[in-house]
Amino acid sequence: MTTRVTVHDMTLRDGMHPKRHRMTLDQMRTIARGLDDAGVPLIEVTHGDGLGGASVNYGFPAHYDEEYLAAVVPRMKRAKISALLLPGIGTVDHLRMARDLGVHTIRVATHCTEADVGEQHIKFAREMEMDTVGFLMMSHMNDPKGLVQQAKRMESYGANCIYITDSAGYMLPEDVRVRVDAVRQALEPQTELGFHGHHNLAMGVANSIVAIEAGANRIDAAAAGLGAGAGNTPTEVFVAVCERMGIVTGVDLSKIQDVAEDLVVPIMDRPIRIDRDALTLGYAGVYSSFLLFAKRAEEKYGVPAREILVELGRRGMIGGQEDMIEDTALTMAKERRS
Amino acid sequence: MTNKVKFAVIGPGNIGTDLLYKLKRSRVLEPVWMVGVDPTSEGLRRARDMGLKTTDLGVDGLLPHVREDDVRIAFDATSAYVHPENSRKLGELGVMMIDLTPAAVGPYCVPPVNLKEHIGKREKNVNMVTCGGQATIPLIAAVSRVQSVAYAEIVATIASKSAGPGTRKNIDEFTRTTAGAVEKIGGARQGKAIIIINPAEPPLIMRDTVHCLTEEPPKQREITESVHEMLREVQRYVPGYRLVNGPVFEGDRVSLFVEVAGLGDFLPRYAGNLDIMTAAAARAGEMFAEEMLR
Repeated sequence: MTTRVTVHDMTLRDGMHPKRHRMTLDQMRTIARGLDDAGVPLIEVTHGDGLGGASVNYGFPAHYDEEYLAAVVPRMKRAKISALLLPGIGTVDHLRMARDLGVHTIRVATHCTEADVGEQHIKFAREMEMDTVGFLMMSHMNDPKGLVQQAKRMESYGANCIYITDSAGYMLPEDVRVRVDAVRQALEPQTELGFHGHHNLAMGVANSIVAIEAGANRIDAAAAGLGAGAGNTPTEVFVAVCERMGIVTGVDLSKIQDVAEDLVVPIMDRPIRIDRDALTLGYAGVYSSFLLFAKRAEEKYGVPAREILVELGRRGMIGGQEDMIEDTALTMAKERRS
Repeated sequence: MTNKVKFAVIGPGNIGTDLLYKLKRSRVLEPVWMVGVDPTSEGLRRARDMGLKTTDLGVDGLLPHVREDDVRIAFDATSAYVHPENSRKLGELGVMMIDLTPAAVGPYCVPPVNLKEHIGKREKNVNMVTCGGQATIPLIAAVSRVQSVAYAEIVATIASKSAGPGTRKNIDEFTRTTAGAVEKIGGARQGKAIIIINPAEPPLIMRDTVHCLTEEPPKQREITESVHEMLREVQRYVPGYRLVNGPVFEGDRVSLFVEVAGLGDFLPRYAGNLDIMTAAAARAGEMFAEEMLR
């Protein structure tokens, strides 16, 4: 039997983190068209922190979600567009806006132990007959049994696909296998399963392959890895590995390489690589989009980003708590002075 | 005892029970009814043990007793979905509602900022905004009374264990209602609210961050003084309210980082989010009761 997977592109959403949410409409349009032409079936477009992410806390984008979506959706020949929403940041009003602009897939992201905060939003997307995904962030912070419980909750609200999301790029292949496997066995057979990786320990591709072997059929990846931390699973590498293994993605390898090389690398503000701070995210299990905030706090308060990140991990900070980076740096700087 | 105003609490969950603990010490309010919907509820049992009458039939179970028991104030600690109906039914009988849900049927009430404005208006319903609103709007008001605030944003982080099913089901109402009150009561031209539920063990104490963008460069000395004055005002009824860091000034940004530890009346200390809500509601209730007794 041939294994088929859906590649879900993150370049224009997770890739907004390293761009400090400042991508231009033209960059979005050009890259989206390149991805569409390469055969990528699903492309996510929003602020890095999802619909409604525009804020002091996460960064003000160059354009609001409405403008990005309106710029990209009508130009797609085959690809569908998805939008991410974190309950507590965005609301059902944002979902309504996204649907009206022609968004096909809604991904409702909650921390891996708090699925019930997404009930309103998953139910709404389901009622609108949209492709509805439940996205369990920081999945390394819950064990397989706990994840099963949360995944089943999201499924019961109406999600037709559940993601195990390695937001910290912390998981090793075995961590992925046991989680995806447990969730696969617990969910209805028609419910799809996805995996979202970060490359902080260079495990993005390997973990995605393990996830597929354990029953996942949607894989998140970004061209040239453009994403938070050391980036997401690089699409062009993932597609090449899939071809070697006989896994069908429908993505044209040469074309996706060209998108990565010719369209995405040139817009990077800094190389997406595993520097000591990105490595610390993966090593300490810290939310990948904290990276640039910790670097800025280092510059301002003189406390090394690496030490701030380790402290945030120790204190159990989760996705969305960007405010605690400056707070932690201030507290650490005070302690050092005394 | 005859010169106290009698009240009911709707919703025998964490908030309702904590409120009862706080108000049993009141000189002007006397609890008489606890209203629930589940006959096996722990909260109803606790209320009975404290000598209250209880019903598990919701507000409908209370309505026939409003007149004979002289219930004049009701605190609603249910959810934004059921509050409007509770408010309508009790309002018809002349009961004043103090709404602890984010339904925002009535005008917002953040005691250290605008409690006095409600005096003499005989309002039928006041809304206590949200826990995040009670913890942050006083600080926004402290900045906006110094100079114009173009934009204010709050991030409330609460412990998973302190987020009941009401909060979880009402998360959109939380962000909308809080953002609305950041503008209306905080005095910011535009408001935004973010809430994070963190499952760390041991549970983290409620944290709140306030970011204001001022229209003109921030007057640092005046803002710092105003903020410290407001902190003392809030500490009068929430002693565990404390500035951890800030004010940070960067360009036109003013950021404040606070922690809210509860009193530990009924709820654990980390649940400062629930404590600041019940403390604010209790304070408002007492003021309205004093007005009724006058």
